[in-house]
Formats: sequence, structure tokens, C-alpha cells
Amino acid sequence: MIVYILKRLAVAIPTLLVLIIASFVLMHVAPGGPFTAERAVPPEVLANLNAKYGLDQPLWKQIATYLWGVVAHFDFGPSFVYKDRSVNDIISQGFPVTLTYGFLSFIAAVLVGVTLGVTAAIKRNSWLDYLAVGISIGAQVLPNFVMAPILVLIFTLSLHWLPGGGWSFDDPRFWIMPVIALSTSYMASIARITRSSMLEVLSSNHIRTARAKGLPKRKIIMRHALRPALLPVISYLGPAFVSMITGSVIVDVYFTTGGIGKSFVDSALNRDYAVMMGVTILLGTLTILFNLVVDIIYGWIDPKIRY
Amino acid sequence: MVIDETKMASLAEATSREDVAGRSLWADARRRFFRNKAAIFGMGLLIFVVAFALFGNWVAAWNNSDIDYNVMGDAAASGPSFANGHYFGADDLGRDLFARTVQGTQISLLVGVIGTLIAVSVGTVYGAISGYFGGRVDGIMMRLVDILLAIPYMFVLILLLVMYGRSIGMLFVGVGLISWLEMARIVRGQTLTLKNREYVEAARAIGVPAPTIIRRHILPNLVGVVVVFATLLVPLMILTESFISFLGLGVQEPQTSLGALISEGAGTMSYGTLWQLAFPLFFFVITLFGFYFVGDGLRDALDPKER
Repeated sequence: MIVYILKRLAVAIPTLLVLIIASFVLMHVAPGGPFTAERAVPPEVLANLNAKYGLDQPLWKQIATYLWGVVAHFDFGPSFVYKDRSVNDIISQGFPVTLTYGFLSFIAAVLVGVTLGVTAAIKRNSWLDYLAVGISIGAQVLPNFVMAPILVLIFTLSLHWLPGGGWSFDDPRFWIMPVIALSTSYMASIARITRSSMLEVLSSNHIRTARAKGLPKRKIIMRHALRPALLPVISYLGPAFVSMITGSVIVDVYFTTGGIGKSFVDSALNRDYAVMMGVTILLGTLTILFNLVVDIIYGWIDPKIRY
Repeated sequence: MVIDETKMASLAEATSREDVAGRSLWADARRRFFRNKAAIFGMGLLIFVVAFALFGNWVAAWNNSDIDYNVMGDAAASGPSFANGHYFGADDLGRDLFARTVQGTQISLLVGVIGTLIAVSVGTVYGAISGYFGGRVDGIMMRLVDILLAIPYMFVLILLLVMYGRSIGMLFVGVGLISWLEMARIVRGQTLTLKNREYVEAARAIGVPAPTIIRRHILPNLVGVVVVFATLLVPLMILTESFISFLGLGVQEPQTSLGALISEGAGTMSYGTLWQLAFPLFFFVITLFGFYFVGDGLRDALDPKER
């Protein structure tokens, strides 16, 4: 098991390095520096600015400094646009919000999705099954940026039940729409995957044996069917997590929740490369860590994996 | 017992006729595909969308960038009407929504198709080479794909677009850069099983060089997998592009895409101009549905046991 984990780590660490170095090089070779303004800046001022931000150093040295800052101090450097704020300030302001609704959405997607899928598989060809399949097909074409306006149209503009945007840690009414918008399509995918793998498992030999032994149906499903049926779901969680993180940008922009995605889009529009890179690297790290955890859970739950 | 001479003659003729047989895999698949109602429905949707994108401009009474000052800023007057030529209404700047939806559909389809073409050409060759040679080559090539897949590509794509200019060309490059990864993985898996077939062994035994084997024996047998995956990849590319355009980071005015139109429509929803959201959303949804249904139909047709 330890060898297996180490092997996974051996992939995760280079991935992170590639991400950091690639985004740094991309930024470096991009036309126009961060201080290219419409008004010409005197060369002395430009030289001073470059020296302050370390842009006069050779590329490898800049990368090394940046890498060292990120790895050793978790320091993403200063913002290129806001003179008095560091990237860390900007990120740490929005990160708790993103983390909160992201976590809630993920839990909701997994719990509801798995429940829906298992129920649909057990009661195959009932109205519940058709409902679950219908929802999962519909949700495929309703990504978060389509869900968000539709939710606002229903719950804010028509029914006046929920606030159309903003965020408060104390008031769950602000959480509902971001969580629904973010989780629906993953919920649908998880339900679909669970249903089809559950159907496959239910028709396998060991379930027939369990039924022949006279085990109660509940026990068959919980003890014997669920574990193998969840394997495809677990391997889907990695990609789902990545696109959920991406989807949080939409939520932040549309619901003005003030999360990290808003800082990303703002910095993209302001060409504040330092903030963009900080967000990209932070979210990339989260993704890679999460994939590592998924791999380990998978290795632990699936006896066929040899490590 | 009387034997009908003419019937026997016809039977003899029927059994000896040679052109009865010859139902190839493809003929079989075609028959199954055309029996699948959902797939035919999807096909109908796609034909409709493509026709709308190609010939919509012949029907449109307005240009997509011209401003109609009679309806500009007037929510009541800018609704859908045949009298003033705005079949889908106008947007809040007084531009004809019909012409803009035609243009948006064109861009979305183009991004989807070109992204998929890049995926098919690069991903197929990459995957076939990696799978065919196996061993260390395979290890390195696939590790690279793993690393690239673990990167939250949407952020890198936005990074690219912001740094190198938001043009359609850049969008194609960015979408193409990421779309081939999953394709390469799938093709590699298929190649691994193909390369152990007898005919490949035979070809190798008589000294056919590796590139020729890949071209003549491996690639033709990959067509089924590649076609199905490509059909399902198009909507994903369209979703990616729409996501970026929704954030306002995609194609630039006066060009537009379905994602940008949905974003505009969602922004003006609260003024009661619902058609600005409804028409682009309708075309977006039926395009995705069309591709999903056709893709699923193709998969079922080529692999009947998976149903």
C-alpha cells in the first residue's frame, strides 16, 4: 500500500511542477509586460518597477525564486495591479467562501446522486427509475451557467424566495442556489453511473448466491452490491472535482458570492498575471491532492488493484 | 403430397444467390442506428441546427451588427415580431437577435467541430503509437497525458486567451490543446487489444514496417471507437467554449457565440426581456441533445451488447 501511495506521489509532484513552470513561462513570453500602459512610462521608472518585482532577473532565476516562495512559504508574491495587496491577501479573502459552497455541493452531488442511482437500479422500470433517468439526461444539457439564470428566474424573480446573489456565512438562504447550480449536473452524472454499475452488479453471481442464501434484500444491497457498484463512481469523482472547481468561477461571477473565481476573472480582465497564476496553482494543487486521495481510496476499496 | 415446383425453384435460386450475404459490420450498424428512435430524433435536431447556421442569414432581415434605433432600449418594442423583421426580437442594443443567434450557432458549431478534428487527428495518432510500441515509450507518453489531464485546463485556457489575445484562432488552439488527451487514452486502450490479434502478428512476421502496420491494420480498426468518442466530444467542446464566453473571456464583439448570448440574455432577464435568454438557450440545448443522442445511438449501433 505504501509503495502504491509513493507511486501516486511520484506522479503528483512532477504534475505540480509542470503546472507552475508552464504557467510561469507562458506569462513570461506573453506579449506586453504587466506595466505596459497606454501612457508611456519613463524608462527609469520602468527599470525600477522591473527591479522591484524581480523582472530584470534571468528567467530561470525568476522561476526558482517564485517556486521557492510558493513551496517554502506558500507565498505567491505581490499583485501586479493592486500595489498594496499581495496575491495571498486576495486569495485568502475568497477562498473560505469557495471552499464552503464547493464542499456542500460535492457532498450533495455524491449523496443525492448515489441514492438516486441505487433506487433507480433497484426499482428498475418503475416511475422512479424513469424519473431518475429523465433527470440525468436533462441535466446533461443544463450546465451550471445555464442552471444559474434559470434558478434566479424561478426563485428570485418569480417566487421571491431566495436572494439573487451575495453571500453570508450565517444565512443558509444564500447558499441554496449556488449549491444547486453547481451540483446538479454532477448529481445527474453520478446517478447515471451508479444506476448502470448497480444494474450490472445486481445481475452478477455473488448477488445471486446471496439471494439464494436467503439474505434480506437490504443486507444484500448494503453489504454486497454497493461496494463494487461504487467503484466507477469513485473514479468519476476526480474529473468531477476538477470541473466543479472550474464551475465555481461561474457561481462566483453570477451570484456574486465573492469567492476565489471572481478574483480569477477580475484578474483576467485586469491582466493581473500574478493573481491568475496564484489561483491556477492553488486550484491545481487542490485538484492533484484530491486525485491522490481518490486513487488511494480506490486502491483500498478495490481488491483487484495490485500495488 | 404435392411439391410446388415453382416454390422449390425460387427457394433454390434464393439459397444459391450470392448477394444475399455480405452484411458487414457497418451495414449491420447502420440498420441498428436507423431503428433507434432517439438517434434519429437527434439526427433531425442536428440537421435543423446545421441548416439554421448555414442558411439562417438568407432568412434574416437584419445584419448581426446593425443597430435598429427604433427598438433600441425599448423592452416592449424589441420583442419577437415578424412586422419589423426581428423574428427572435432584438437585444438591448437594438441588434437583431435572429442574426446574432445564427452567428452564435455558427461559432459554437465551428469550435466544436474544429476542436474535435484536432482531437481526432492528434489523439488517434498519439494513442496508436503509444499503444502499439508499448513498454517504455508507452509509459512515458501516457505519463505525460496523465500529467496534462490533472491540470485544471479551463484556467490555463483562460490564461492563454488573456495573454495572447482573445481571437477565435486562439480559442481553437486552446481547445485543441486539451481535447486530444482523453482521445489518446481511449485509442491507446483499443490499440493494446488490437496489436495482439493474429493479422497484426502475421503482418509483423512477414516484415511489414511498424508505420505501415499502424496505418493499414491498426487505424482502420479504431474507426468505430474514434467516431463514437468524437461525436460525444463535440458537445463538450461547445460547452467549454460557451463557458468561457459566458464569463466574457471568449470571442469578441461583434462576433458572438451561444455562450455569450446566453450570458447577455441572463443579464437582462430581470427587465422582462426573456426572449433574449430563451432563443439562444433553445439552440444551445437542442445542439447538445442532438450530439448526445447521435453519439449514444452510434455507440449502441456499433456495440449492441452494451445496451
